[in-house]
Parts: sequence; C-alpha cells; structure tokens
Amino acid sequence: MSTSRSGFENVSRRGLLVGAAAGGLVLALRLPGQAQTAAPKFGADGMPNGWRDDPRIFVAIAPDGIVTVTCHRSEMGQGVRTSIAMVVAEELEADWSRVRIAQADGDEERYGNQDTDGSRSLRHFLLPLRRAGAGARTMLEAAAAARWGVPAAECQARDHVVTHAASGRSAGYGELAEAAAALPVPDREALRLKDPSTFRLIGQDRLVELIDNRDITTGKAVYGIDATLPGMLHAVVARPPVYGGRVVSVDDTEALKVPGVLRTLRIETPGMPSEFQPVGGVAVIARNTWAAMKGREALKITWEDGPNAVYSSDSYREMLQRGVRNPAKAVREQGDVDAALRTAATRVEAEYYIPHLAQSPLEPPAALVRIRDGRAECWACTQAPQVTRLRLAQKLGLQPENVTVHVTLLGGGFGRKSKPDFVLEAGLCSQAMDGAPVKLTWTREDDLHNGYYHTVSMQRLEAGLDAGGKPVAWLHRSAAPTIGAIFAPDPKVQLPFELGMGFLNAPFAIPNMRMENPEAPAHVRIGWFRSVSNVPHAFAVQSFIAEMAHAAGRDPKDYLLEVIGPARIIDPTEIGDAWNHGEDPRTYPIDTGRLRRVVERAASEIGWGRQMPRGRGLGIAGHYSFCSYVAVAAEVEVDDRGTMRIPRVDIAIDCGPLVNVDRVRSQMEGAVVFATGLATSAEISFRNGRAEQANLDSYELTRIDSAPREIRVHLLPSRDYDQPLGGVGEPGVPPVAPALANAVFAATGKRIRRLPIRDQLTS
Amino acid sequence: MATIKVNGTEHRFDGDPDTPLLWVLRDELGLTGTKYGCGIAQCGVCTVHVDGTASRACITPVSAVEGRAVTTIEGLSADGDHPLQVAWRALNVSQCGYCQTGQIMQAADLLGSVPNPTDADIDAAMQGNLCRCGTYTRVRAAIKQAAAQGGSR
Repeated sequence: MSTSRSGFENVSRRGLLVGAAAGGLVLALRLPGQAQTAAPKFGADGMPNGWRDDPRIFVAIAPDGIVTVTCHRSEMGQGVRTSIAMVVAEELEADWSRVRIAQADGDEERYGNQDTDGSRSLRHFLLPLRRAGAGARTMLEAAAAARWGVPAAECQARDHVVTHAASGRSAGYGELAEAAAALPVPDREALRLKDPSTFRLIGQDRLVELIDNRDITTGKAVYGIDATLPGMLHAVVARPPVYGGRVVSVDDTEALKVPGVLRTLRIETPGMPSEFQPVGGVAVIARNTWAAMKGREALKITWEDGPNAVYSSDSYREMLQRGVRNPAKAVREQGDVDAALRTAATRVEAEYYIPHLAQSPLEPPAALVRIRDGRAECWACTQAPQVTRLRLAQKLGLQPENVTVHVTLLGGGFGRKSKPDFVLEAGLCSQAMDGAPVKLTWTREDDLHNGYYHTVSMQRLEAGLDAGGKPVAWLHRSAAPTIGAIFAPDPKVQLPFELGMGFLNAPFAIPNMRMENPEAPAHVRIGWFRSVSNVPHAFAVQSFIAEMAHAAGRDPKDYLLEVIGPARIIDPTEIGDAWNHGEDPRTYPIDTGRLRRVVERAASEIGWGRQMPRGRGLGIAGHYSFCSYVAVAAEVEVDDRGTMRIPRVDIAIDCGPLVNVDRVRSQMEGAVVFATGLATSAEISFRNGRAEQANLDSYELTRIDSAPREIRVHLLPSRDYDQPLGGVGEPGVPPVAPALANAVFAATGKRIRRLPIRDQLTS
Repeated sequence: MATIKVNGTEHRFDGDPDTPLLWVLRDELGLTGTKYGCGIAQCGVCTVHVDGTASRACITPVSAVEGRAVTTIEGLSADGDHPLQVAWRALNVSQCGYCQTGQIMQAADLLGSVPNPTDADIDAAMQGNLCRCGTYTRVRAAIKQAAAQGGSR
C-alpha cells in the first residue's frame, strides 16, 4: 500500500530545506493526490544544491607542493575532515604527509550540499571527491606532458611526483601546480579513477592520524565557543522556560549594575512553530561571559507561559499509552492481521516507552557574529552552514551574499547544531551593538531547558505465534510527536522519514503485518537527535522480538534470524517506505542477507550460547538504518543490589565499502557509549512545560566507569567500491539499547520496557 | 586585583574576584584550550592543574588561585609531546576533541600520583570527565600506553 497518507511528502531534512533560498515556506507541503511533476531525485542529487566534483573547488597545490583539500562538511567527531582529505589524496596520488585541510565557508552554490546530517557525507560525496582528486591528478599529468612534449598517457603521477618513465624525467606537484591549474578540467566521463585494489588510504585497515590531532591535544583547536575577535563582547540569553512562552515585562535595573554588563536586548520570536528561529527572551551583553551570566541572573522577568504550560511527562505518557491501545490510522498493512491474531496459538503484547532526550554536545551552542559595512561575518559550530547563512541574512535584513559563515570545529553535534537559532541570537546581539563582534554562548542549563529534544515515544506491539511458535501476525503502533512540529502548526502524526526509520520498513518474514501511527501533539521543540526515530523503533521492535522468542521458548538469536527470514532483496517502497533515506530503492534496497550476517557475526564474536554465571546474560539486536546494517551483542552483569555493569559489547557493521576504517571503528565505539547513556541513565522530563533536568548532574550521561568496559567492533567490509556506501555516524546507535535490555532479561528475568533502565533493577 | 600565574607567566586580573578561573583563562587570557561544558564541575572539560593537582576551573574562583601555579593544556608540555598527548594521537583517541584537553589534564594528574594505574584507578580518576562522543575505551588505552612510556614525566 502507499505511504502517501498525509499532506507531507518526503519532508526529510532535505525536503525541509528546499524552500530555504526564498526564506519562506520550508515545509514541502503537497496536497494528497497532487501529481509530482519532476522525476524523483535521489541521494546527493536530491539534496539542495546537489554535489560538485570540480577539482578547482576542492584541491589547491602550492608551489612548495603542499596540497590543501577543502572540506565542505562539518567536523563533529566523525572524522570527516580526515576522511575527505584521504579520499582526495588517494586519487591525487598525494604524499599524505603533505596534505592539509581547509574548512569551507557555508556556500552551497560553490560546494554542493553542506548539511552534515543523515550519515551521508561519504555516502554522497565519496565519488564526487574521488573525481575531484582524479581530476587534479590528471591535470598534473597533462601539465607534465606538455612541459616535456610527450603524450599524457605516458606520464604517471605517484607520491607527489609525475614521472615519464621512458625518458626518466620527473617533476614534483609543486612545480607543476601553476601550469596544471591553467589547464581545462578533464571531462568527467573520461576520468580514470584508481582501481580500488591499488588504494593506499581508502579502506586500509590501519590507523590514519586525525588531521586535527595535534591541535586537539594541545588545546589549539578552535570550536565555535572559542572563536575570538578583538573587542569582542559576550552575550547570554534568558529564554522562556516554556516553549511558546513570552516576556511580559522585564526589569533590567539590577542586571545593568553588574560590572561589565553593557546592555540588555529583547529577542523577538515568531512564536510557534519556531523552525530555526530564536524562542525569544532577553539577552544580556557584557564585556565577558561571566558578567553576562551574572547580569542574566539579575534580570527580573515576568513570563507568560502560553499553552504548553500544561505539558507534563507523566500525564503525556498516559495519553500516549491510551493512544497506542486503540486502533489508529494504518500506515502499512499486509495480509489480515486481525484474523491472524484471533487464530494465533499464542499472543504476545508489550508496550515500550522512551522519554525525551537532549543531544547535549559537550560544546553547547555558541556563535560569534560581527557586522561591518553591510556585511555580516559569523563563526559557528554549525552542522548546516548554508541554512545558517540564509537564516542569518534574513534575520539581519541582508542578502545572503553579504553574509559569510565560517564553520569552526564542532564540539559534538548529534543533530542539535543543525538548527541555527543560536547563531541568529548572536546576530541580533551584534546588530544591537552597532555590529560589534558578539559571541553568544548557551549554558548547559540553556541547552537542557530550551533545546530541540529527541521525540518521546510510546509503542505497542502485538504478535500472534502459531502452535510451533512461528510468528504469523505483527501489529505495531508508534506514537511520538514529530519533528514536523517545528515547521508546521500542530501536526500530530509522524512524517515519512520518521516512519521510515525502523517502523514501516521492518523487513520481516511475517505474513500478516500492520503498522499504525496514533496521534501525538508536540509541546516542545522536537529535533533531530543522532539516529532519530530509529532509536525508539529499534528499542521496541528488537525488544519485542526477544519477548516473542521467550514466549515461543526459543533462543532469541535464532528467533531474530527467523523473523528476519531468508536472505532476500526487498524494495523498501513495496513495504511502504517511499522515503528510503532519500536514496534510490533500486540502488539501496534492503538486503536481509546482510542483516542476517551482522547478527550472526555479533553473536559468534560474543560467544552466543555459552554458559553464563548467575547474574550475567547476553542480549542481541540487529537494525537497518541509514543504509547500513548493524547488530549488537551485549554482555550484562547485574549484582544482588541491582547494580548493572556492561563487561563487553560486540558490534558488527556492514556499511558497504569502507573509507576511513579507523573512524568507522571509532563511530561504532562511540555509538555504543552514546546509546548506553540513553539506555541506562539519560532522561529529559517535563513538568508544567518546563524541563526538570537542569544540568549534567540530573541529566546523566555515560561515564568511563559506567560505559561498557570492552567494545569490540567487527567490520563486514565490501571491497567492491562500485557498491553504494551506507552511513556510519548514526546506524551504530539504534541496536544498542535493545541489546542491553535483552541482556538484562537474560541476566535477571526482568524485562525492560521503559528507558532509561536507571533504578528499575533495584526494586 | 589578583595576580595569577598561568603556565609560568604572571597575569594581573582586576575584575570580579568571584569570576571562575575558567572565564579568566578563556576571556581574558585567550587560553581557550580549557573548555566550558557545565559550570558545575560535572563534566571535567575545564580541567586544569592548580599547583599540580587537577581542578575544575569552572568552579574555582580566580581569587582562590592567587599566588598559586595554574597549568592549562597549553602549558602541559612545551612542544605538545607529553607522553599522554603522544599516546592520544597515536591511538586517535579523539572524536570531536572538545573534552580531550580536560581528559588529558586529568590523566596527567593521575599518572603523576599513580605511574601505572589499574582499570580501577582509571575509573576513579577519570569518572568526572565526560565524553559525549564515547571515546572511553581509547582514553583508557591511551593512559595505559602513556604509563608504559613513563607517562608521569
């Protein structure tokens, strides 16, 4: 059946940003039944401003031979600056020790799409960047050939030198650079890419030192919060404690008495939906950060809370629960679920809850803006440089070409820094100070109280098993406020990209399946959070399959494989997922064989089936997301007091061909820890519209002593670089929480249906 | 008026004596290797040494370090080649890197008192240093590698 069940079509991040240039409507609203005029575009082609592969954009070679590669994607810990340099250096046949990286400003006309999200930097840009490197290499060879008067085909570039073997002549890249730059860029179709069997950087299982390693370890690395200009002022903002609230009155008398405080500024807000706009409040601008903070404390503000003051997590959870206990609009249906449930030998039912979460990158949002001569310049830790540029221009009444966005390093992003509200606040402060440079910093309290939270989710699953324990019916209801609520007034159902994250597209061999999406209004800003809706969906689905296995008296791993079914290729559009991560379903089908293999690999690596001592258990989960296949097998130990430890996690990923192998490993290691936090300790709850957690003492993230002691990463790489790449930054996260919950069940017999686990094991 | 000694150099600070050392380092001295993360000593990204002992600069009033020696990541080693910094690079510990200066400063304090730390020693010393990217397994490995190279230096 079709998934065109609402007026929203393909509103992924890309869809949202399509209208951005006009500065107007950002929601790609399409009426049901309205014909799509253009052929659908997929992958990088479907992103705003697409891709570029011109070597002159991405490669610069100085006379001394130093190669500078331009990175147009934001670095937030995934290693993209190093990986992009590796890709270009590989095809360029550059000497890695002479490769540097430069960070692109926000300019998608020049660089192609720069939204660093959705686990797609290399998925979308490996080939264009290989071509950029190969193009530059070809130009160097042509320049050498012209200099020596020999055919270009006889000139070979390698290790920063072009050689003509027949005559024994050679020239370094530095000496050829100027002549090469004057040559025409080679025809894309005629480019000769390297044979992957000759790769020396891409896909090699050896650690390539991070290009920012020295700066990071010596404190020289510059993040958004570190940006500095002479005469710079500092600002913080007092924001409404409730989303949609407003300032009624403000008395800044005491604030202005704080030494160093220069002025206060009302920050206007368009209200709800907030999109990427400020939520309003009062800014305090001062000579240093501390004075700004003290000044903010001294403000006397009367707030009007608005309609979201009713929002309390306890009652909202109950409302969601009522929602999932009643029939709702079906978004996928095959077979006759009701009949199969009625006649099933065994029925299994369970409900799962995950609370709101905050991305909480350790560098909070922070940005520096100055305005001079009608031009604004900004330094920001942004995942969306072009969107930042457009929104800042709009906010300041400038043309986008008069706004420059310099992208700093990001001290973590996790989706929070895709929204440039904090940059707009900094821009308004600079404007109020006649363009003086103002750095605006969010405190951790701000981050937790005024965020773009991960959705809260309640799900109900029902399954029917036949007399042999085989699954014959599957009913899944998923209720969660949608990210669409920051773009449109009060949408209550999930958007296709949310439904397509491990819910609609469950690739299971069950004859009768129905998925339903009960309504769930949003009362806070909902935003992208690493792995997005895959997190709740994988938790519920993978926990439930283990519950089904238990009901059937079967081994959970064997049962998971049975639910996945035999190896086969599934067109996602045929199981209701028209979104498919924005990728072409022909290029990116779901391959259940690959999902089976990661499950089998994780199981065998952890020693699945081995005898466990009392209080210890193994759990497993497998999940497909961002075009990659990941399985996690976890070993958990729970002592008599209910204290949980995680001695070991084995995580297996098949993301297609690998580029930066060490960074694939580190992303998996990090995903395990990140997800351990949401599984065991992290929760944002609301009371009267206010987040109850104020700082990192109450919003508890995983620490070194609570993290899994050992994390072993297993790669199932492909050597076929014609095969499309899967994502890496996000797909490691979703299977972790259910694997841990399943391991807790094996260790204790206690079934976790609500995250975080926190003190559930002590009772 | 406070006089503080940071990385061997004396500075005079005539602002609010309650100002946390963190903001004096960052806003007044331009030493941005010491980071802000929470302001309440819960995350450790602001870790510096005061008279050789790891301290959270975000809750240390500048008045409390008058006459004491403050060392920041910028002053940990002359050339960036403290054994911990070397190990951190060799193992590619960092992801986003934001917390790593604090991790290194905390680890340097640990190795100063426990030259060959056990896992339990590392847990106890490092549990106040959050890493949202989740680099803990490599942090642990790098501390052990630096210790093996005579990391207390």
